[in-house]
Amino acid sequence: MLTKRIIPCLDIKDGRTVKGVNFVQLRDAGDPVELAKIYSDEGADELVFLDITATVDKRKTLAELVTKVAKAINIPFTVGGGISTVEDVKVLLYAGADKISINSAAVNNPGVIDEMAREFGSQCIVVAIDTRNVDGLDFVHTHGGRKPTLLQTQAWAKEVADRGAGEILLTSMDHDGTKAGFANEILAEISSALSIPVIASGGAGTMVHFKDVFTFGKADAALAASIFHFKEISIPDLKRYLDGEGISVRK
Amino acid sequence: MKIAVIKYNSGNVQSVLYALERLGVVAELTDDPEKIRAADKVIFPGQGEASTAMSYLKARKLDQLIKALKQPFLGVCLGLQLLCEHSEENDTECLGIFPVKVKRFIPENSQEFKVPHVGWNELENLAENPLLTDLPANPFVYYVHSFFAELSDYTIATSHYIHDFTAILHRDNYWAIQAHPEKSSVVGEKLLANFLSI
Repeated sequence: MLTKRIIPCLDIKDGRTVKGVNFVQLRDAGDPVELAKIYSDEGADELVFLDITATVDKRKTLAELVTKVAKAINIPFTVGGGISTVEDVKVLLYAGADKISINSAAVNNPGVIDEMAREFGSQCIVVAIDTRNVDGLDFVHTHGGRKPTLLQTQAWAKEVADRGAGEILLTSMDHDGTKAGFANEILAEISSALSIPVIASGGAGTMVHFKDVFTFGKADAALAASIFHFKEISIPDLKRYLDGEGISVRK
Repeated sequence: MKIAVIKYNSGNVQSVLYALERLGVVAELTDDPEKIRAADKVIFPGQGEASTAMSYLKARKLDQLIKALKQPFLGVCLGLQLLCEHSEENDTECLGIFPVKVKRFIPENSQEFKVPHVGWNELENLAENPLLTDLPANPFVYYVHSFFAELSDYTIATSHYIHDFTAILHRDNYWAIQAHPEKSSVVGEKLLANFLSI
């Protein structure tokens, strides 16, 4: 049976993990490769690396990091952040990334989704959507959720799927950082309407939230950062819990 | 031991090389027929679209070469599909090592079953086979595919998505895995290590 995926997300700046992480076994708390290896050994199903490096010349560092990660870990991983062209994607896939994720670039130029899917296959193109509810309607936001667009989230999700996205990573900016649970309502709405997998992001605080997002939220995968980095929830414990709740996970 | 990984217009070949490296094996990525013929083991990775890949192989006569090889040969993902007889993906005649048809997943219920089949799924109905020795119980492997090989006499493991499909094939010196062993954690490493010791 196909299992639900648990995906830790690592924020990267200039080739180093940004948010403080609370892993005693880490020799170097900023080394993404070491952290990735720990998560992979603990049973994470995939990893996401989100690059928040601002400057273009530092992006070479990212490709080098991707190669180091690809050599070290034996599970799939996605790289996102600042990717806008087919050339950007090529560099990262050749460096060893399994998938890439695009966000603002897709909003600014939706045709780039078709282009990337045609060139590399839908399976490696993840479109990240940041959504926020404004007066009862869901709108796509860019720039880390700060900048509203006129795109309605549900319609945009359908469009990116039609254009050839292989998966959608949906982050609710209303839930992100609250630890009050995922945005199950909109997740379920989008996941039910589309034939591609939806990765839920934003709001994970407890193990129950993961159960809820896989049942009520109909998500195919769930992503979280700080609760894993700060060891509030360990991946083996989470999987044991979900298994006990009748949710199929890889053991 | 000389390992050749067939170089063609397929994505993500690098991951296979890295996975072999983690097993302490340096493989050569090559489309040189002499080097492929001389290798002790040949790996045929794959990701992409069937008809484009077949045209590429035919243009370089790699199709004839693959069919004539006698050493242990491992197809991975699209590599498995290309070793079959025919694929529904753009109605493609494939290499025909396995008299098996490759079909598209058609979900009866698209809310429950999405296509592609992406993620971790179990290997089931494992046959006695050198490729499958000493695997853990309920081994999980990582899949990303929209097309699958039908069940056949050459199926040595199955997985279930919508229905049972062929997870692993074996005939003579040819083995093929639909999942990505290079991304399937310790189970994938064991499958690759088993292949290397055949």
